[in-house]
Amino acid sequence: MSGFETYLMSRMAREDSHTLEGYKAQGGYATLERVLKDMQPSEVTEIVKASGLRGRGGAGFPTGLKWTFMPDASKDPRDRYLAINGDESEPGTCKDRVILDEDPHGLIEGVLMACYAMGCAASYIYIRGEYRHQYRRTEAAIAEARAAGLIGKNILGSGFDCEIYMHMGAGAYICGEETGMMESLEGKRGHPRPKPPFPAGFGLWGQPTTVNNVETIFNVPFIVERGAEWHRSMGTEKSPGNILVGISGNVKRPGVYEAPLGISAKTLLESPDFAGGLHDGRKLKAWFTGGSSTGMVPGSTIDTPMDHDGMQSIGAMLGTAAMIMIDDSQCVVRAMEVVARFYDHESCGQCSQCREGTQWLHQIFRRIEQGKGLPQDVDMLTAIASGMAPGKTICALSDAAAIPANQMVKHFRAELEEHIQSGGCRINHTGNFARGASAPTEVHA
Amino acid sequence: MALPEKLVDEFNALVKNYPAGKEGKRSGLIPALHRCQEELGGWVTPEIMEDLAAFFDLEPAEVYGVASFYPMFRLTPPGKHVIKVCHNISCDLVGARDVLAKAKELTGAEVHGTSPDGKFTLEVVECQGCCSTAPMIDLDNTFHENLTLDELERLIGECQ
Ligand SMILES: Cc1cc2nc3c(=O)[nH]c(=O)nc-3n(C[C@H](O)[C@H](O)[C@H](O)COP(=O)(O)O)c2cc1C
Ligand code: SF4
Ligand code: FES
Repeated sequence: MSGFETYLMSRMAREDSHTLEGYKAQGGYATLERVLKDMQPSEVTEIVKASGLRGRGGAGFPTGLKWTFMPDASKDPRDRYLAINGDESEPGTCKDRVILDEDPHGLIEGVLMACYAMGCAASYIYIRGEYRHQYRRTEAAIAEARAAGLIGKNILGSGFDCEIYMHMGAGAYICGEETGMMESLEGKRGHPRPKPPFPAGFGLWGQPTTVNNVETIFNVPFIVERGAEWHRSMGTEKSPGNILVGISGNVKRPGVYEAPLGISAKTLLESPDFAGGLHDGRKLKAWFTGGSSTGMVPGSTIDTPMDHDGMQSIGAMLGTAAMIMIDDSQCVVRAMEVVARFYDHESCGQCSQCREGTQWLHQIFRRIEQGKGLPQDVDMLTAIASGMAPGKTICALSDAAAIPANQMVKHFRAELEEHIQSGGCRINHTGNFARGASAPTEVHA
Repeated sequence: MALPEKLVDEFNALVKNYPAGKEGKRSGLIPALHRCQEELGGWVTPEIMEDLAAFFDLEPAEVYGVASFYPMFRLTPPGKHVIKVCHNISCDLVGARDVLAKAKELTGAEVHGTSPDGKFTLEVVECQGCCSTAPMIDLDNTFHENLTLDELERLIGECQ
């Protein structure tokens, strides 16, 4: 790939990249050794802060700043934890699995650095239950690292103790929300907790806890090794560095690719280094910018920088940088119905706005799609969505369901009205295979 | 029925991963439910829930509350093979509906049902993290990605 430096996926080409041998042969754990020998915990946090790294779990929160929310250990001697979010359930998102599959030691090295920085004696890596293969890969890497003295007591003779445990989820999207994940880790239903208190004060088992996404922590060893300035030299001022972009839907080469933040989404769609364009003769009808929660925007917005500000400029969000491409052979109303069905299925039911709202949105989109929509339905969608968000519920799932509905009405009102007036859809929803929509793909570039 | 000794040993080791005390111990519940489902017939029976409740010092109703919350736990017996078809957006855009129709036809099972011969349980599931290798199914806990209808036919044929 040309024009920019790649590093996140740089080790993955090697057959044994997931093993300790493969990792060490490519310089792995050398930076950890240096950190434990020569650096104070606060120096690690400072580098991550100065690097401008932002969380890759969806919200883009500055990582170093989040770490500083942990209470001062000299005043608060409680046990503290790092919880790694590997729930990866946002539709369109398939990038953490690449890390777990191909480079789990990179994650482990990042976990150890983050635990050192925050004074955590243990970390829990929460992996969605369906990722059996990824779970086993990471579990094997942890066992290798432990046998090599990299996990456990007195790591590399430094006096630093740290345990890393794996934990398997069981198929609920809401367990990706950080407090839902903690409840699930504690063996309970994944019901998000009202905040405050925030995890840094009251997290796992009531102890100080930081929650970070897999890809976020995977970035840490690169940054600590090469420095904050190096990281800031890539990407944009407010969104520095490279990111893993998942591209799915009606494109020639769907896949997970590494690119600098701020690259044009059009390049990601069209360049042969990335998705290679749409199928011949098709036009881009719409796209989800960063997972289903960010909503659909018209295809005409594609030439926009993929970073937090760029996506904001088109009224969208970077989310998990999971681009879902929809060509003009598809029906956006149908696509919306699928997404509304998902949120209806995944609401945990604690808040009435979300429990009822997700169901109503789904019902209305379904009846419009089936040609049974009522003239007042479009305005009803907006009214329901405005009752669900922003910030009206315990967690942001309600927002995540309301945003796509609002985007739909804003950008595709004509399509909704046409379905209502003409009593249905003119596009046949089966036969996507026959249209050549599915092509063999690579997992990484 | 009591839990097999092998699983009890495993669970005793498992709970050491979490802090001491009752609240720490119950953190092992979800991994333990997975292991029971894997080892003891493919679903979580009422007896298993009672045994797990005894092991984790919980009420059976609490274990039921957890098991019923998570889609991966099965509270009724499955057929011999379980096929899960992802019907979320990335898969839908590249043929998931055709996959589902074909799977119904080939297995004779309805969605969330089991075929009359007891061989296949067919389910639809939400996004499995295989969006850029869509469409996909999970057959007996293994992903099959970049799926074609021919490949689906072959996989189901192998189970017959
Ligand atoms: C409904 C919902 C689902 C979420 N799912 C995930 C997920 O699957 N993985 C993830 O890392 N973050 C997910 N998040 C975001 C987390 O709550 C949290 O912000 C993130 O894990 C923090 O990590 P980061 O700062 O490193 O990005 C979700 C949030 C919401 C509201
Ligand atoms: S917003 Fe929805 S998912 Fe979140 S806690 Fe409330 S009901 Fe549950
Ligand atoms: S939408 Fe099917 S795997 Fe993501």
